[in-house]
Amino acid sequence: MGTELLLFYLFGGVAVAASLLVVLGRNPMHSVLLLIVSFAALAALYITLDSPFAAVIQIIIYAGAIMVLFLFVVMLLNAHKEDEDVAAGGPAMKKPLYMGAALAVVLAAELVWALLRAARAQDDLLIGGASPDAAAIGSVRGLGQLLFTDYAFAFEVTSILIIVAMVGAVVLAKREL
Amino acid sequence: MVPLEHYLILSAILFATGTIGVFLRRNVITMLLSIEVMLNAVNLAFIAFGRTIGSADGQVIMFFVVTVAAAEAAVGLALVIALFRHRETLNPDMFTSLKW
Repeated sequence: MGTELLLFYLFGGVAVAASLLVVLGRNPMHSVLLLIVSFAALAALYITLDSPFAAVIQIIIYAGAIMVLFLFVVMLLNAHKEDEDVAAGGPAMKKPLYMGAALAVVLAAELVWALLRAARAQDDLLIGGASPDAAAIGSVRGLGQLLFTDYAFAFEVTSILIIVAMVGAVVLAKREL
Repeated sequence: MVPLEHYLILSAILFATGTIGVFLRRNVITMLLSIEVMLNAVNLAFIAFGRTIGSADGQVIMFFVVTVAAAEAAVGLALVIALFRHRETLNPDMFTSLKW
């Protein structure tokens, strides 16, 4: 087993375990902190995929900004515990939990099937052989050029989206709604 | 190099994990967190595909997904705060004013 495969299983395992704990944990505070662990593991996977820029924005924006926002709201609302009987794993939720787990396994199987088919279909799309140049696709310079040429319109629309979200957040969180 | 299939299977597992969270949890904040898990699973699939076909498009799309996730978190959490202020609860089953 090569080092890369070993690293993949290590970080993939951490990501799955942390995500499961996020979903099944009772305490929202623990969920937020475990989600940061999951994001860190995914950032490591992005590095193994020759995408250092993606890994960096995963850490800075996702773990650094978005999760701190979540943590802030969890603390602000003082929402440490879910009601015991409706929490996942509580008595009232036992049956739905088993049903949900079974349905999640079915969903995962379907997704795996669909994605593997897509993986086989995109062999024709390969640009420059099976193992493309890592430096070419991983460089921030190339990414920036792509972002401001091919994706310039989407980039500008994104700025409008952020303004709308900002105004929306201010209006919604205002005291007299 | 790790085969593409490995990343896709991991992505599918993470997405299913996020879905089960959205459906099972009775806490609005944890539901939003589960949505973030799903978005990350999709990001992983995009980047893995992009890496395999040798283009940076996957990373660009991941960049946009992160932006949308930030906007979603801002609006979603503002909604959570407004709801909590009115109902003093985070249980979505309590927010039934629009049901009849």
